[in-house]
Amino acid sequence: MSTVSDIRAQFPQLSEKVYGKPLVYLDNAATSLRPQSVVRLWEDLSLRHNANVFRAVHKFSSEATRFYEDARRAVAAHIGAASQREIVFTSGDTASLNLVARCFGAAFVGPGDEILVAQSEHHSNLVPWQMLCREKGAHLKCLPVDEKGRLCVEMLPQMLSPRTKLLCVADISNVLGLRNPVAEIVRIAHEKGCPVLLDGAQGIVHEKVDVQALDCDFYTFSGHKVYASPGTGVLYGKRKWLEAMPPLMGGGEMIENVAWESSTYAAPPHKFEAGTPNISGVPTLVPALEMARTLNSGEIAAQAGAVRDFVLDALLAFPGLRLFGLPERKSDKVPIFSFTVEGVHHEDLALLLDKMGIAVRSGQMCAEPLMTRFGVTGMLRASFAPYNTMAEAEYFVTSLKKAIDMLK
Amino acid sequence: MSLQEAKQAVIDDFSLYDEWLDKYEYLIELGRGLEPFDESHKTEDRLIKGCQSRVWLDWRLEDGKLWFTADSDAIITKGIISLLISVYSGRTPAEIAGDDFAFVGEIGLQENLSPTRVGGLRSMMDTIRKIAKQNA
Repeated sequence: MSTVSDIRAQFPQLSEKVYGKPLVYLDNAATSLRPQSVVRLWEDLSLRHNANVFRAVHKFSSEATRFYEDARRAVAAHIGAASQREIVFTSGDTASLNLVARCFGAAFVGPGDEILVAQSEHHSNLVPWQMLCREKGAHLKCLPVDEKGRLCVEMLPQMLSPRTKLLCVADISNVLGLRNPVAEIVRIAHEKGCPVLLDGAQGIVHEKVDVQALDCDFYTFSGHKVYASPGTGVLYGKRKWLEAMPPLMGGGEMIENVAWESSTYAAPPHKFEAGTPNISGVPTLVPALEMARTLNSGEIAAQAGAVRDFVLDALLAFPGLRLFGLPERKSDKVPIFSFTVEGVHHEDLALLLDKMGIAVRSGQMCAEPLMTRFGVTGMLRASFAPYNTMAEAEYFVTSLKKAIDMLK
Repeated sequence: MSLQEAKQAVIDDFSLYDEWLDKYEYLIELGRGLEPFDESHKTEDRLIKGCQSRVWLDWRLEDGKLWFTADSDAIITKGIISLLISVYSGRTPAEIAGDDFAFVGEIGLQENLSPTRVGGLRSMMDTIRKIAKQNA
């Protein structure tokens, strides 16, 4: 079984220095670091096995197609999809969400309908729905979060109406880091006849996802947050929806037959993959998801749990620190910690931590409505991955204290 | 102190510190030392656009010289604007408008800030230059 130090050796960036200090990378919720297996595959496909997928009969093209379609099978298996035909490749989570908004919206949303979106969503799972609602004359409704950052699931039955065409919620918010009770949410929504889209941008990193067990209608994520090549994304959709949705873009590979006047379209998933896809990037999802499974099991997962508990306890004990996303039980929290410190600006803290070698995020975290909800202009976010060690967590806590002392 | 001397003084002060953390500690001190800013002057038109944190800049023309005051909700940003003010306050509009602001590059602050914050720093310099041109 792999240990944390075995794993760290596979992420060369973890040995980088910044201002002469070892890099402590705590901005994993923005993008993960990349393991050698991913970069080597990308390099090999680009330098030695480059060919376009699907069309040609030559050896390298069929190999490229095999790599690409193997990735589809691997993703389907990783998230427990019923069929690889339910996996659409996109350029990222934002593209996946926009695809659903455009295509599901075109087929199923009309004037007076409603889209229900959680208050804690990333802008990528909010703005596409605003655009759809404006275009269709539909209403955007907000499922609120309470003071602790918990989704107000008890309000869900009364908020869902026969006009609610889709409920959109992240399984884990990129700010709050709480595991939302998505199985319960899907059950309640389905009882009311409303399909559910789960934004899995953070969930795919920290959870063992099983879309069939969850029974969600859509599940979306980016490759780059889960160790794969940037520019890769996944949209899982139940077959019945993907079949009923019109394509987003017209062009190569999404067609069945083309005549001058009109065309017929390919079956899903290819219907949604017009143009040359990310042929070097998509196959990297295979080693990337393998890495995710390794990191979320055994000794490494146990260590990640200990790191989370340590940081959570330390932050809760900090005087003047307000943590957003307070879990009932520690296990409800993933190691994404967003907070403010009384009398200290989040940007100042981030700048000083940077000079100590620690990469964190500051600002609105692409979730302005949530900032408004909590009455803050921004937060500081430290987001850990399983390759972060307890020593790094301790250094972060010590450095945070030092930075606050400098600023107060 | 001439403009040239004031700029050199800032460069010298900065070069005293080897560690970036210490340079930032110095910026924090500068920020703390900034003279109080009238709360009622924290208005939209005095806000410098393009900064991550909010920065207000106010000015007055006295005996043909420009005097600046500023504030920010972030202390390091306050330190940075304080540094600019210490160099350009009490100069004639023509002198400020004709300056290249290149000393900021010499202290290496730009390489050390993220692109959005470099944008913020540039906005601060542009605002000072614009005020000078208006009054020149």
